[in-house]
Amino acid sequence: MDLGKDLVAASATPLVLAILAEGDSYGYAIIKRVNELSGGHLQWTDGMLYPVLHRLERQGLVAARWGASEIGRRRKYYRITRDGRAQLAAQREQWRVVDDTLHAIWMKARTI
Amino acid sequence: MTAFADHPPLEEQISQWRIYLRRRRAINGPDVEELEGHLRDQVAALTNAGLTGDEAFLVAVKRMGSLDALSREFAREHSERLWKQLIIAPDGAGEAAHTTHRETILVVLLAVAAAVAIKAPVLFGVQFADENAPFYARNLSFFVLPLLTGYFAWKRGLTATTKVLLAVTFAAGALFANVYPFGPDSHTGILTVLHLPIALWLAVGVAYAGGRWFAGGARMDFVRFSGELVIYYVLIALGGGVLTGFTVMMFQAIGINVEWLAGQWIIPCGAMGAVLVGSWLVEAKQSVVENMAPVLTRLFTPLFTVVLLVFLATMTWTGSPIQVEREVLIAFDLLLALVVGLVLYAASARDPQAPPDLFDALQLVLIASALLVDGVALAAIAARISEFGFTPNRTAALGENLILLVNLAWSAWLYARFLRGRGQFMALERWQMAYLPVYSAWAALVVIVFPPLFNYL
Repeated sequence: MDLGKDLVAASATPLVLAILAEGDSYGYAIIKRVNELSGGHLQWTDGMLYPVLHRLERQGLVAARWGASEIGRRRKYYRITRDGRAQLAAQREQWRVVDDTLHAIWMKARTI
Repeated sequence: MTAFADHPPLEEQISQWRIYLRRRRAINGPDVEELEGHLRDQVAALTNAGLTGDEAFLVAVKRMGSLDALSREFAREHSERLWKQLIIAPDGAGEAAHTTHRETILVVLLAVAAAVAIKAPVLFGVQFADENAPFYARNLSFFVLPLLTGYFAWKRGLTATTKVLLAVTFAAGALFANVYPFGPDSHTGILTVLHLPIALWLAVGVAYAGGRWFAGGARMDFVRFSGELVIYYVLIALGGGVLTGFTVMMFQAIGINVEWLAGQWIIPCGAMGAVLVGSWLVEAKQSVVENMAPVLTRLFTPLFTVVLLVFLATMTWTGSPIQVEREVLIAFDLLLALVVGLVLYAASARDPQAPPDLFDALQLVLIASALLVDGVALAAIAARISEFGFTPNRTAALGENLILLVNLAWSAWLYARFLRGRGQFMALERWQMAYLPVYSAWAALVVIVFPPLFNYL
């Protein structure tokens, strides 16, 4: 199942924030985690994650630092900030509303 | 993953990919590194899963997404990286390799042309010597600025009308620089030397903006370009100085004096060619020192503010009046010009949408203290202006002071409104941009009207 472009874009922010709320991470690991979580249904074009991360960094929702990978290459790690957590909570609420609404109408459709 | 070292083709492929990525203007060095790290992680994971290096590389690149789409996304997020490119690539996204190649050749030719141009008068018997210094100084702009304008005319594909207009401007400038009968130590002659480049820089700006001088953003791009060019030029000049020093020193070691070579050829030719090379470097963004001007602004705004405040405090405390000497007005002109520069480059790097912050408040303090200092100076000068009389230098300096004063006073007002949340930062930027032609117009006035007005004094 391929998700629409807009839906992928809209879900990117809460997903990235939620994954970073689990612990600091870096680009490749975030993509891997998204794949795991969605059972491979949510396929991001890998590169597209980075502009999203940079936007979140600019908005102060995540903070970045350069660290080293296991084999000693430079790697950029991202951490969720306090603002990021607040934003995540807000987004979670918004998604719940959307989810509830859709759920309500779809349940009704089924019962008719 | 030292295993990579055993597969040179894979390393080669990755570095190929990195080179492609680097060409994208929206993606900068650290981004490339970050993306490369991702690619390597992906390749490593895939090879562990049993793919060969080649296969893993292909899959990893495919998953990364097309470079066009990727750089579009980066461009959307990092639009500030693109300010030059916005008008540089008229034919859309692709910068074909041969265009870049042709541009390199053109720039080298233009730089050589500028170097030849400054030596051309020698052919007509005007030696590069002290007695001809006024001639060379007055015509300095014409050895290089028409070529620079030509470069932009070529690059932006100007319309024939604009080209003719620019050519006429330069011709008129050359006329006014040379037809007036300036004496050897003529003050108005020196004023022409100082003001002609400012007047003509506007013509370069029109060419830079590709004829769309009135389009939004074009002027700000030109301001950014000018700032970066100055920085590149200074760096190139430093390198050139070292080169010249070494040349002279080494030849001296074998008993040959080559100072004439340095003075007659290396320095003048290099100084001309460097303008074109510097412009091209700014354009091509071969840049490690990209957007240095805003950085310097950030660095020096607080420092200048402190100096001005301390100066004001000292003046109030000790009550010592400003000594009204010959150069004092010019010194205060330079001070105001510097503050205008700081405001301009702070604005050039600022996100107009961002809310006011501490730095904006600091800018306002800087402007206010500069205005205060200048006000005190002007009062002192006005009190004695009748005694001095209106010489060309003093009139020019006074005019410039007023122009800068008006600019800063209104900027201060706009800053204050912005800080209190009553106005947009855009208003300040628009004001600064609208004011740009005023400088050139005044400079043109000084060049054209002052010499006859003051009898070529």
